[in-house]
Amino acid sequence: MATAVQTVERENYLNSDYGIKSWLLTTDHKRIALLYLVSITAMFWIGGFFAMLIRLELLTPAGDLVSSDTYNKLFTMHGIIMVFFFLIPSVPATLGNFLIPLMVGAKDLAFPRVNLLSWYIYMVGAITALTAMVMGGVDTGWTFYTPFSTTYSNTHVMGAAIGIFITGFSSILTGLNFIVTIHRMRAPGMTWRRLPLFCWANYAAALIMVLGTPVVAITLLLVALERAFNIGIFNPQLGGDPLLFQHLFWFYSHPAVYIMILPGMGVINEIVTCFSRKRVFGYEFVALASIAIAVLGFLVWAHHMFVAGISVYAALVFSLLSYLVAIPSAVKVFNWTATLYKGSIRYETPMLYAFGFIGLFTVGGLTGVFLASLGVDVHVHDTYFVVAHFHYVMVGGMVMAYMAGLHFWWPKITGRMYPEAWAKLSALLVFVGFNTTFLPLFIVGYMGLPRRYHAYPPEFQVLNVLSTAGASILAVGYVLPMIYFLWSLRYGEPAPPNPWNAVGLEWMTPSPPPTHNFDETPIVTWEAYDYEHQPQEEVTVGH
Amino acid sequence: MKQMQEEHFDPMSHLVPISLYVTIWAALMVFTGITVFAATVELGVFNIVVALLIATIKGTLVVLFFMHLRYSTKLTMVTVVAAIFFLIILFSLSMTDYLTRAWSTSLR
Ligand code: HEM
Ligand SMILES: [Cu+2]
Repeated sequence: MATAVQTVERENYLNSDYGIKSWLLTTDHKRIALLYLVSITAMFWIGGFFAMLIRLELLTPAGDLVSSDTYNKLFTMHGIIMVFFFLIPSVPATLGNFLIPLMVGAKDLAFPRVNLLSWYIYMVGAITALTAMVMGGVDTGWTFYTPFSTTYSNTHVMGAAIGIFITGFSSILTGLNFIVTIHRMRAPGMTWRRLPLFCWANYAAALIMVLGTPVVAITLLLVALERAFNIGIFNPQLGGDPLLFQHLFWFYSHPAVYIMILPGMGVINEIVTCFSRKRVFGYEFVALASIAIAVLGFLVWAHHMFVAGISVYAALVFSLLSYLVAIPSAVKVFNWTATLYKGSIRYETPMLYAFGFIGLFTVGGLTGVFLASLGVDVHVHDTYFVVAHFHYVMVGGMVMAYMAGLHFWWPKITGRMYPEAWAKLSALLVFVGFNTTFLPLFIVGYMGLPRRYHAYPPEFQVLNVLSTAGASILAVGYVLPMIYFLWSLRYGEPAPPNPWNAVGLEWMTPSPPPTHNFDETPIVTWEAYDYEHQPQEEVTVGH
Repeated sequence: MKQMQEEHFDPMSHLVPISLYVTIWAALMVFTGITVFAATVELGVFNIVVALLIATIKGTLVVLFFMHLRYSTKLTMVTVVAAIFFLIILFSLSMTDYLTRAWSTSLR
């Protein structure tokens, strides 16, 4: 803005229109992405608040801060909010919404109004679930296991289940929009083999959203029906089978963990290539690994039920199939590592987060393989080992990737740079805080401490204190970006169109992009991640 | 979207005769009648099999004709087949548990 000549700011999606109405009625994918960003950020802080209460209770072995009933509600609401209202929409609904049309060279998603509708549905679902929580909360665990959820719990199971049911539709609509957009709206020359891997990853996640979400929606509806009308589906006293619930629930919820992680993996591809100035190693393999994860992810669900009383023969089959999922996940980790090999690596904030992702996801994924082996799972099922496993993949993996992506594309989204030094500090705090919080949980879990109790034997206190201390560092690591991102909106340096000298169509349009994304439809004649042949000076289309 | 449909396919261009819709509707009604009737006959476990079979046929008719799948592009058909494929996964892998659970109790 320091130019001597008084220039009129270029029209972009942020300044094209003002006022609440222009936001609430927008069909621009970029604005909807921001609506989602604000909403899921709010949910993240609510979920985080519950997490802090949980960690505070676990500071001492005695159940002194909250009663056991309250504690049950705290971990349930933490889980529900973080899984269904933050992690599942996190990257797809914000970065995916913003970037997929830009990356494929389109003006918008295929169904802009459906996109807006999906946000409203999300909000209705979120408010329904929050209302249930304000009115007294739920205590079934985020997994709603029957017959406790259908018969015995006298908390607000219905409200929470209906909230999740409703939000499921927003996820289906987003998935549908991505699938159609990626099939039909690619710019001339943007072939499937030139498609950025972020789009491949979101495409795979979208497949799961569309194929899996209806199952969990119907399952929760069945819970509601059994609760309200005593129809015997899951309750053995009424002739039902409680394990049927677990089958149906995990048929969605295992693939759902890949809804969460796949888009994050997509983010990492973009960042690793950009900050090592190399084309991605084995593009086809990484792209197909996304699809393989999406498909294989549907074949492993009963690994959550090994000790629940399923047939040992079924357990054998599911254990074997679970090992298979590790293969495409490993393909990705190896390919990122190979991409780094001999790259000219720059250690800017997005890359720091990406490094964090690769390491922590690997720990999380490998401990998943431990859990998938029958013998080990008998020992560690329902202990803190499982808690540590999924927090390594979900927080160490996915939230890291989300932060990496937010930093990487923040200049594009807002047109402002964030303060690099503070951002580096936050990346460091998150990494240190995360490991301090969750590494001890592997140990207490392996020693046999069961999850979901508000009190524990005193010999576990040291590690629990460590964990709570780590959680406070982690919290600072998350509060910092919140502050400097907001600060940067006003005081950040104006961002050039391509601050990282990255390839990809989204960097060839101004920051922030104009409402219609591109002044003229781009024609693609190059492969994705063509870093080795890229000219030094950045190219901008449409000037 | 509009211009895309013109390029690729337009569902309205295959005008389906009203008579076909009426026929399908009548068929659905007949099947509903059969369902109700079958429920009154004691067939043991086959009651549920018959009911599900009829429901599947009816669902197929609705999807093929009322939802125009018969006149849709290959991609749309692949999409529907994919959904059925995943439903089969749900059923068959669940059955690995239900069909063999009794065997494992005899192990103990
Ligand atoms: C490398 C592939 C993975 C394998 C083989 C694997 C395996 C497992 C197994 C066997 C369990 C059940 C443990 C038990 O309850 O006894 C489990 C739990 C869990 N995993 Fe993974 N996992 C993998 C990746 C992931 C990813 C990527 C995520 C999330 C992004 C994830 C999230 C979870 C969650 C949330 C649970 C616990 C659910 C609950 O009981 O509350 N896993 N995993
Ligand atoms: Cu799983």
